[in-house]
Amino acid sequence: MTFMSFDIYSFYKKMEHNDVMLSFKGDVTSNMLDSMLHIMESKLEDMGEESKVKKKVYNILVECLQNLYHHRDEMRRPGKEEESAAVFMIGKSDNEYNVITGNYIKNDRIEKLKQRIDQVNSLDRDGLKQLYKEVLNNPERSEKGGGGLGIIDIARKSGNKLGYDFMKVDDTYSFFSLYIKIPQ
Amino acid sequence: MGKVALEGSAKTPTVNFDPETGVMELKGRSIPENSIEFYKPVVDALDEYAKSPLASTKVNIQLEYFNTSSSKCILDLFKKLEAIHKEGKSVVINWHYEEDDEDMLEAGEDYQAIIKVPFEMIEVEA
Repeated sequence: MTFMSFDIYSFYKKMEHNDVMLSFKGDVTSNMLDSMLHIMESKLEDMGEESKVKKKVYNILVECLQNLYHHRDEMRRPGKEEESAAVFMIGKSDNEYNVITGNYIKNDRIEKLKQRIDQVNSLDRDGLKQLYKEVLNNPERSEKGGGGLGIIDIARKSGNKLGYDFMKVDDTYSFFSLYIKIPQ
Repeated sequence: MGKVALEGSAKTPTVNFDPETGVMELKGRSIPENSIEFYKPVVDALDEYAKSPLASTKVNIQLEYFNTSSSKCILDLFKKLEAIHKEGKSVVINWHYEEDDEDMLEAGEDYQAIIKVPFEMIEVEA
């Protein structure tokens, strides 16, 4: 794409149509993460969002963005570092917030992640609470510290099934997208 | 000696712990990317304190947000408190939550279900 031919108006309309509050593509560094959380906190504040919903949305954003942050090294495809960044978007429709994240993932990691999301989606509120406690109380933890709690927490707080997709890019990588609905 | 006094930031809580009074306080936000590193001095101080704890230990938790990586560290702290309690010393965890924050109340109840230490659930005004 040549930059001058970029149709900024249709891009604007598209963002408006989907009520995009914030979208980002790039390397999710610690500073970027702080800035995005800061922007979203201000936006939710300005909208006069109810404290309960505000906290839910903020909490889920923290988990999503920190997931992207913790896995950023794995997203960097050799020789394609420039375009190996993550994408993040949050929008709001009539009665819910929608969060979408996208990132490259190695094909050999798909199965485990898919299993976890399917497991989380198969559980009701009490089941999620039980699983959360089990994983929390499991002394094993990943070097990142969460030990797999993030996805469970997101599902619990959103109160909705998580949408996801793995799109194969090549023999080594796929593009993983995660869709989260947070009722207002 | 063994005192912890950490000032809160946008991503980390205010932490105060005084082994002389047996009172610990955790207040604010706990959403650092690396929670293990942040909580290490607190865990170490509590380890030291656990060698000869006071007859009564009081812990006040008043968090606005905490991430899942902090939740494991908080559990580690609570497990150390549980060990002190098991030795016959009095330990109380006061878990504060804002009146409409069901998620925070539930998070406290999750800990209460795992840790055998008396919890007080305290509702505070938002």
